[in-house]
Formats: sequence, C-alpha cells, structure tokens
Amino acid sequence: MKPVQQVTNAAKPVDLARKTSVWTQIKKNYAAYLFLLPKLILFVAFIMIPVVWAFVSSFQEYKIFGSEWVGFENYVKVFQSSAFYDALKNTFLFTVVTVPFNVISALIIASLIHPLGKWSQSFFRGAFYLPTVTSMVIVAMVWRWMYNQDFGLFNYVLGLFGMDPVNWLGQSSTALWSLIIMQCLIPFGVGIILYLAAMGSISHSLYEAATIDGANGFQKWLRITIPLLKPTTLYLVLLSTIGSFQVFTQIIMMTGGGPGSATETLVHLIYKTGFRDFEFGYASAQSIVLFAIILIFSIIQFRVLRYDD
Amino acid sequence: MAKLNKTIIYVALLVFSIVSLMPLYWVFSTSLQLSKYQDEDLKQSVSYVDSNPPKMYPMGVPEYFEHWGKARDAEKAGDDKAAAQHREIMDAIVKDTFSGFTTLFQKNNIGRWFLNSGYISVVVTLGILLFDSMAGYVLAKKQFPGKNLIFYAIVGTMMIPGQVTLVPMFMMVKNLGIMDTHWALIFPDLSMVFGVFLMRQFMYSVPDELLDAAKIDGAGEWKTYWSIVLPLARPGLAALGIFTFMNVWNSFLWPIIVLNDANLYTLPVGLKTLQDANLASFKLLMSGAAIASIPMIIVFILFQRHFVKGLTLGGVKE
Repeated sequence: MKPVQQVTNAAKPVDLARKTSVWTQIKKNYAAYLFLLPKLILFVAFIMIPVVWAFVSSFQEYKIFGSEWVGFENYVKVFQSSAFYDALKNTFLFTVVTVPFNVISALIIASLIHPLGKWSQSFFRGAFYLPTVTSMVIVAMVWRWMYNQDFGLFNYVLGLFGMDPVNWLGQSSTALWSLIIMQCLIPFGVGIILYLAAMGSISHSLYEAATIDGANGFQKWLRITIPLLKPTTLYLVLLSTIGSFQVFTQIIMMTGGGPGSATETLVHLIYKTGFRDFEFGYASAQSIVLFAIILIFSIIQFRVLRYDD
Repeated sequence: MAKLNKTIIYVALLVFSIVSLMPLYWVFSTSLQLSKYQDEDLKQSVSYVDSNPPKMYPMGVPEYFEHWGKARDAEKAGDDKAAAQHREIMDAIVKDTFSGFTTLFQKNNIGRWFLNSGYISVVVTLGILLFDSMAGYVLAKKQFPGKNLIFYAIVGTMMIPGQVTLVPMFMMVKNLGIMDTHWALIFPDLSMVFGVFLMRQFMYSVPDELLDAAKIDGAGEWKTYWSIVLPLARPGLAALGIFTFMNVWNSFLWPIIVLNDANLYTLPVGLKTLQDANLASFKLLMSGAAIASIPMIIVFILFQRHFVKGLTLGGVKE
C-alpha cells in the first residue's frame, strides 16, 4: 500500500503536473462517465432544463410567435387573484387536517400491530398497505360513488339512523370536508410500514429497564417508543405534507374544483391555468410559488420537529 | 386481562382493516353486480347496481344457486320445460355478471389501454433499473472529477415537485415533436432520479475486494458491473423495480396532459374518459377499475417482502 501513496504524493508538488493530472484522471476514468452518460442526458434534458425553463417562463407571457418578457407581472397576478387564495386556503386546510390525522393513526395502528405474532403482523401490514398500491384514480372513482346522493353508501348509513341524505360533493359546505374525510380514511400504508420497521429496531433492553422501574405499557409507549420514533415521524410528516400540497387526482376525478371554488387546490389551479387556459407564464409563476411554499413548510417542519427537545 | 386486551386489539385492527379494504372490495363487488335482471315475479328488469339500499355482494351468486336448485327440483319432478327455463336464467345471470368486463373489451378498447400501460411500465422499469444502477454504481464506487457536483445536482432536484416542470416539459415535448406519443411518457419517466439515490446507497455494500479481484482477473468495467455488481444489488433492484412499475402504472397527471388519441391512452386516462362520458354505468366503471387494479394487487401479493424493503430503504436516511 505504501509505495502507491508515495507515487501520488510525488506528483503533487508541481502545479502543472496537477493540472494535467485532472485531465489524465478524466481520461483514465472515461468508463465512469460512460456509465453515467445515459442517466445524465435524461436528467439534463427532462429535469434540469425544464426547471430552469420554469423559472424563465414565469417572467414571460407566452405568445404563439415567441414569448414576451413581462417581469414580475405573472407573480403580481398570482398574488392578486382570489382564485389563488381560495386554492391556497383549501390546500392548507386539507393538509392541516389530513397530515396529523394520517401520521397519528399510522402510529397507533403500527403500535397495535407490532406486538402481534409474525403471521398476524404481515397480514395486517398487507391489509393496510394494499389499498395504497392501487391508483388514486380508482380510489377516487369508488369514493365518488360512495358519496352519491341517491344511492351512495354514506347516505344509506345516514338513512339507517333516520337522517336526510346529504349532497356530499355537490354543495360548498360539505365538498371539501368530504375529500378530507376520504383522505383520512385511506390508510397511510407507507407510514404504518416505516413505523413498524423503526419499532423493530428499538432495543428490548430499554423496555426491560422501564419495566423494572415499574412503568406500565402506556408509559413505555409514551416515554420510550414515541421519542425514539421521532426521525421516522419527521420523515413521514414531511413526506405527507409534500404529497398533500400536491393533491390533484381526487379533485379532478371527484369535484373538478367545485362547486364554485370550494375544492380548488393549488395543483388543480395550475393544471387549469396551464392546460385549459393555456396561460403558460402565469401557470409557471403559480408553480414556482407552490414550490416555494412547499420548501418553506419543509424547512419549518424540519426545524420544529428536530430541535423540539 | 392480558387476553382480553389482545382480543380488543385484534377486533380493533380487524375493524380498521375492513374500513381500509372496503373501497377495493366495493370495486370488485360492483363490477360483478347484476345490472339487468329479469325478475321472475315482478316480470320487469331490475338493476342492483344503483339500488338503494346498496347491495353488499354480487346478487348473481344467490340468484344463480336459487335457480340451480329450482332446475334440479324441476328435473326431479320430470318437468323438463321448467328446468330448461331455469337453466336459461342461470346462463343469463352469468352473462350479466361479467357483462361489464365483456363490454369493456368489446366496445371500449380497454385491452389496448391495458397493453399500453403494461408495455410503457415494463420499458420504463427496465430502463430505470439499467441506467440508475449504472449511475449509482459509479457514484458509490468510483473516484473521478465532477462526481460530487453530479451527485448533488441530482439529489437537489429530488426536492422539486413534479408540477413545477409541467409547463416547460409540455413545451419541450411539443418542440421535440413527440406530443401525443408514448415517448412523451417514457422519456420523462426515465429521467426520474430517486433510483440513482437508492442504488448509490445500495452499491456501497458491494465489497471493494470483489471489484479489485475482478480487475486483477482481467474483467473489463462493463463485465465487472454486469456479472459482479448487478447480481449483488439484486434486492435493491427488486425494490426499485417494483416501485417504478407501480408509479408508472398508476401515473395520471402527466398522461392526461400529453395524450389525446384514445388508442394511446393508458388505463388511468382511459378510466377518466369513461367516467367523463357519463354514459358508462357504474358497473362498467368499476369493471374498468378492477382491470386496472388487478395487476398491482398481484404484484403486491407476490412481492410484499420487497415492498417493505423498498419503503424502508427509501425512508431511512443515512
């Protein structure tokens, strides 16, 4: 090993030699670049360029024959439009209710599953994860029908208790809440699996020590399990917040953002602006604002959950 | 006491899992529901698909057995005509139960959509597995100028939500002249970078000694990668492959933007147009939903282990 070290050291003192050595290193490692090449081409063409382009076009107005620079006009338009604030408010409410509900219920379900035997564990894990491998398009189609005013499951259940049928998705007062309830009742499969994995890696000796100190099951859960699951919780909160800010499929499949703007969300608004009204510059500005909001939220959550204690 | 607690836990979990699986059950139950049933006594056609109260299981099953019993009784009594009538009704029940599926295949082109979704998912998955494992391998195991720059550029963009690039991607696809073709789906999907990150994590566990040994034996870079690195990375590849397949199979927002030709639709896009058409009965929609979800359910049941592995690999950060 040692002689090799000396050879590389020997090349270092001369600056010129170092410069050429970068080139020789590139030449020597040409195979590594060839391995990277296919992915790199795709990455630059379909991610890097579009990201830069999104920024650029947010300062332009799209015209059929070339675009025009309009400065911050698109951004001003975003912040002056009531549609944007409606969408922001709805997305925000959706996130604030569903994210804590989903993460906490995933924690509780995982805590219930964890002590069970191997067979029951994988059975329940499957039962809770299976619904999440099917497309949201399908989930939305079924729920739309379950919410149907005339022959849906929900109004049938209400009828059993002698209550009048509700036009769940058709009126502003219940439409958004119907979507929120639906999101809460779709199991957070990823969360349950990650919590289970994290619980499996907590050392038994901690629980044994707590038992000797006279702690009961609930105290152990509160004082040992939950604090040690914190990194997982942070990850899940971030993951589901980002996902929740991008809510789209349910909206287009179930309400189309309506009635009025009752269920308009940010991504559905971007979709409408870009691909129904073809206002590309305006849609780009909305996308950049969405990105900024997600980024700010992620940073806040990261700080709060990380340095809480 | 402990036993009672355990019973409560089991009951609670069973209730939760019924709630969780209910919509999926509803898809299959409704897809097989009787929609045009000639009721014997009422002499009129009834549909159980949009009946109130909703029927919780396919009504064809009890009806079928009822007529089966009657046919048998009639045969015993020697009434061949009545028996034949019951047999006829039994055939009609079977035909009607599966009518959603037969209509979709005969009239709505769903076979085409299924093939489109299938081949696009397979092509993208294979491409991602190859390209991402190649990139992940050199990013984990090789030293070369620019390596860190490339890695951080790739990881940095993982934070950016896909919607940010919808508009420029649309223009790009338009300029490349691949609008309304499957290339417009395949290229953007192939450029997803999560797999590079995942494979890089995985490739760290490949022992350097093995790579050195291969080099001494005179194996070239490609041979080392293909016959030593790839087999060792198999668990990671399995997890990445399954998740890529699932994402592409279920992807929706981008396909509805770039696809117009009904012959090119993928399943989710096709299902949306079925729903939009409003002509389709709910039985038909749910039959489509069943067709679209069956492959994912099979994949999940076969590879449950890899799903868990993939999630934990992606979720646990260094």
